[in-house]
Amino acid sequence: MSNLFNSMIAWIDKRFPLTSNWKAHLSEYYAPKNFNFWYFFGSLALLVLVNQLLTGIFLTMNYKPDASQAFASVEYIMRDVDYGWLIRYMHSTGASMFFVVVYLHMFRGMMYGSYRKPRELLWLIGMVIFFVLMSLAFTGYILPWGQMSYWGAQVIVSMFGAIPSIGEILQQWLLGDFTLSDAALNRFFAYHVVTLPLVLLVLVFVHILALHETGSNNPDGIEIKENKNPANGIPVDGIPFHPYYTVKDIVGVVVFLIVFCGIIFFAPEMGGYFLEYNNFIPANTLQTPDHIAPVWYFTPYYSMLRAVTVNFLGVDAKLWGVILMAGSVVIFCFLPWLDRSPVKSIRYKGPYFKVALTLFVISFFVLGWLGTKSPTPLYTLLAQIFTVIYFAFFILMPWYSKIDKTKPEPKRLKE
Amino acid sequence: MADSFSINDEMSGRRKFLVAATSVAGGIAGAAIATPFLLSMMPSERAKAAGAPVEVDISKLEPGMLLMVEWRGKVVWVLNRTPEMLESLVKVEDQLADPNSDKKQQPDYAKNRTRSIKPEFLVVEGVCTHLGCSPVFRKDVAPADLGSDWLGGFFCPCHGSKFDLAGRVYKHVPAPTNLVVPPHVYLSDSRLLIGSESEGAV
Repeated sequence: MSNLFNSMIAWIDKRFPLTSNWKAHLSEYYAPKNFNFWYFFGSLALLVLVNQLLTGIFLTMNYKPDASQAFASVEYIMRDVDYGWLIRYMHSTGASMFFVVVYLHMFRGMMYGSYRKPRELLWLIGMVIFFVLMSLAFTGYILPWGQMSYWGAQVIVSMFGAIPSIGEILQQWLLGDFTLSDAALNRFFAYHVVTLPLVLLVLVFVHILALHETGSNNPDGIEIKENKNPANGIPVDGIPFHPYYTVKDIVGVVVFLIVFCGIIFFAPEMGGYFLEYNNFIPANTLQTPDHIAPVWYFTPYYSMLRAVTVNFLGVDAKLWGVILMAGSVVIFCFLPWLDRSPVKSIRYKGPYFKVALTLFVISFFVLGWLGTKSPTPLYTLLAQIFTVIYFAFFILMPWYSKIDKTKPEPKRLKE
Repeated sequence: MADSFSINDEMSGRRKFLVAATSVAGGIAGAAIATPFLLSMMPSERAKAAGAPVEVDISKLEPGMLLMVEWRGKVVWVLNRTPEMLESLVKVEDQLADPNSDKKQQPDYAKNRTRSIKPEFLVVEGVCTHLGCSPVFRKDVAPADLGSDWLGGFFCPCHGSKFDLAGRVYKHVPAPTNLVVPPHVYLSDSRLLIGSESEGAV
């Protein structure tokens, strides 16, 4: 039996690089031996991606991308299709959990300096993945054509209208109409189920290729490739990804699935944070709900969008809001060049960086919380203060990371 | 194989020119084939044809009442303002960003304090000039959430923009301009036509 298997593999290997790729990317891909809790989220993101693709395919079998039928077709999936509720809740919970694991994955990179040389391009590819993920979440949220779908889309598409001179024509081009209507729903469906998933898959593949070129960073932030065993050329602090980390990741998957199933079965709406109450009302083009807020993962940026209320430097407040909102996401791309610290990992960085990162995380959460609330003068002021802190983390980084009192990096990974 | 691609020797003169010419021709062909796809995303002929004017009966609109009308997929408000509401327009003027409606957000016949043809009737698009939400009509004076100097107006729940009862925007809110007054004309005392300026258009 094993002989037959071996000769089959040999037959394939002459025609396709199966064994060599298995070795290069799994059984002989050497990863640092000290991966901790924070290293679960890359593989979990892959798991959620597969979940979204599979459940998404089955949802398209019953969903209708038509402004007059979309809302009812989602209710049809929930009530009349066998296990339709399960498939939809897996998809809607998956969307939120995608952002949970991706935010933790990004925070890991920020803590351990994974964006630093030689992984700048890896970080940038990751950022493009994040932009595509945001577009997927946005286009997906429109599809049920409920009140939040409609007015959320109205706000986002109007942002393009804030761009000087070309704004209006760009907005019409995006919508395929003079207002948000059936034409827009139909094309956002095309983006959500065809264009963006294809782009995402290619980018994820490229992200992993880039990772396997540079090798993984680790909690100590030192390069294991600089210390190889002269006899076999294998990094002395590296262990093969398979079986060591595949087995470790399975533990992460099991814990994650327990949480995931808990949400699907007991709190699929998550108190209005994963599925908003107003989206159970069909879209009404004549009336905005009294309280509109995006889904939780967009609320920090949404807070910044509405934080600017005065015109300055000859740019009106509306355009400033759009610039700040876009800037708050794009600015992550510059991290590899903003960080001037001689060390990568937070373990060896000094107090300035630790305080700055803490303030950044606090401002991210406060802005996120404010984004779920109705704007009042006090909340607007808070949003303005924390927007400044958010941007200060990035803009002042070249200065505080340079003068910070760092500790020396070790030569080898700790046990 | 290797020397057929050695750039220094071969990429000179004729070959360099041919590579550049092919790239340019290919680029033009690429742009040409992209054009119909990109243009297919503009509003279709059917979308352009939609949007006929709407006629509204305002005879039953009591003072203080707001009527919502759909025109071109947008909401248009018709508000019958009471004398107190009209008085408030003067009182709030120092808090407004563009009290004289200098920015072209209305036809010339509505460039006045009440931003209307008839002083009591306000006809305005219920679309916030910030990011397109529909503001809420708040005629209650001095409510807890909007402050004691609120004399009635429109409040956008999305991002907190405020407008007075003529659709004029307050200072220090995200919305940059006053609400848009659509073209409209009175066919008689009770009949209002939204979306056209001439009585013969229907």
